[in-house]
Parts: sequence; C-alpha cells; structure tokens
Amino acid sequence: MEIPYIYYLVVSGVMFFAGVYGFIARRNMLAILISLELMLNAVDINFVVFNRYLYPCQLEGFFFTMFAIAIAAAETAIAIAIIINIYRNIKNIKSDNLDKMKN
Amino acid sequence: MENIGSEVIFYIIAAVMVIFSVMAVTTKHLLRSATYLLFVLFGTAAIYFQLEYEFLGAIQVAVYAGGIVVLFVFSILLTQGLGKKQEKIKKSKLVLALSAAVIGAVVCLYSLISHVFPNSRYALGEDITMKRVGEDLLGSGQYQYVLPFELISVLLLACIIGGIMIARKR
Repeated sequence: MEIPYIYYLVVSGVMFFAGVYGFIARRNMLAILISLELMLNAVDINFVVFNRYLYPCQLEGFFFTMFAIAIAAAETAIAIAIIINIYRNIKNIKSDNLDKMKN
Repeated sequence: MENIGSEVIFYIIAAVMVIFSVMAVTTKHLLRSATYLLFVLFGTAAIYFQLEYEFLGAIQVAVYAGGIVVLFVFSILLTQGLGKKQEKIKKSKLVLALSAAVIGAVVCLYSLISHVFPNSRYALGEDITMKRVGEDLLGSGQYQYVLPFELISVLLLACIIGGIMIARKR
C-alpha cells in the first residue's frame, strides 16, 4: 500500500547512532547537546511511526512525543544556562576542562 | 498517501535527514553543526506532516526550529564566536565512539530487519481533529492526559526559575 514503516525506523536508527557517535567523540559541550537533540528526535520519530501504523485509533505515541518535545525544550534551556555559566567561570566549554566545579 | 509522489518525497526527506544528521556530528564548525541540526529538525517535521499529524509537525517547527536552534546559535556566538575551529578529536576517543556507533547501528538494524512486525493498519486511522487533541490533553478519564500536562507546566515553571537563578550575574 504505502511506505513500509520499517523505512522510517531505519532512518531514525541512523539518526540515533549518529547522535551516539557525536555524544562520545566530541568535546565541546554545545556539540554534545546537539548530539543529544538528534537522539531525542530519533526516538520521537519512532513513537509517532508506531502510533500511526500500528494503533491508528489511539493517541499514546502522539501525546508522548508532545510531552517529550516539551521536556526537551526545558532541558535544553537549562543546559545552555549552565554552559554559559561555566563559560563565565573558566572561559571555555570543553568537557575535559571541567574537573573542578567549585565556585 | 497513495500516489508515487509521496514515496519520492519520503525518499528525499529520508536522504536529507540521514546526510545532515551525520554531517551535524562530524563537521568541525559548531555553527554549521547547528544549521545541519536545523535541517534535520525540519525533516522530522516533514515526516510528521507526511504521517498526517499536522499538529505535531507544527509543534516541532515552532519549538525546535523556532526556539531551540535559536538558543543554540545565540549560545555558540556567546561562547566561542565565529572563526574558531573545533580541535582535533583524540584517536582513542574516535575509535571508541566509532565502534560504539557502528556496532550499535549494526545490531539495531539487524534486529529491525529480522524481526517480523504485525501488519500495518494505517488505512483504519481516523483524522485527528483539534477537538480530540484538546479533550484528550485536558481530560481526566482513561487515556487522557491532564496529569502529565500539569506536571509539564510545573516543570516549565521550575525551568524558568532555575534558568534565571543559574544564568544571572553574581
């Protein structure tokens, strides 16, 4: 009939593991946060696709994705506030310079 | 969703999302990385629109593309400016990250392809009206979500206060 839903899952899987690579490999905290956003989006796509293709009369995946987007926005705002505060204190945001968190 | 055009559009969206998500984590410039992230988020919104969840696609564009990417761009410009390049990634870390990503992707895709999913019931789906979304979001019965809604509102309030407390000048 239409596009098989495994195609969507493959796309979101590739996105998720691109995020995993960036999360481990990169040292800039903003780059780590960008990788985190990629992973969150991949999971959201999975929820929506399963909801649409397997349980089209219900809305669980829809609402879960909505709440996940809201939580991701709040989490990103707080994380960026923390990163800017760190930048004020130690003048860079490389994650391996963060061994002292006092003050 | 019946004609060949939607399939072509899906392949275009999928290619854009895969290419730009890989480029977002591999490029050296942080600002380019945020721009590629923006393209991936638009691709996600396009997938939501294609699956006929228009409200979710609108939320995705408004919150992610309008809010989060702007926050990213501002904080990149505040912390390191334009010209600086990212330093080289250490070799041991690169090997670790590549092996984690590749092994994870292979295991995940293999189990996806070998698993037999139940049949799709897409055609039975009804239209999701705004009335239904609003009633489910604010109802307190079964399969209705007023409690998480209120929890999210408290979380947002806590985030506003926390953001002000963390980021203010001492």
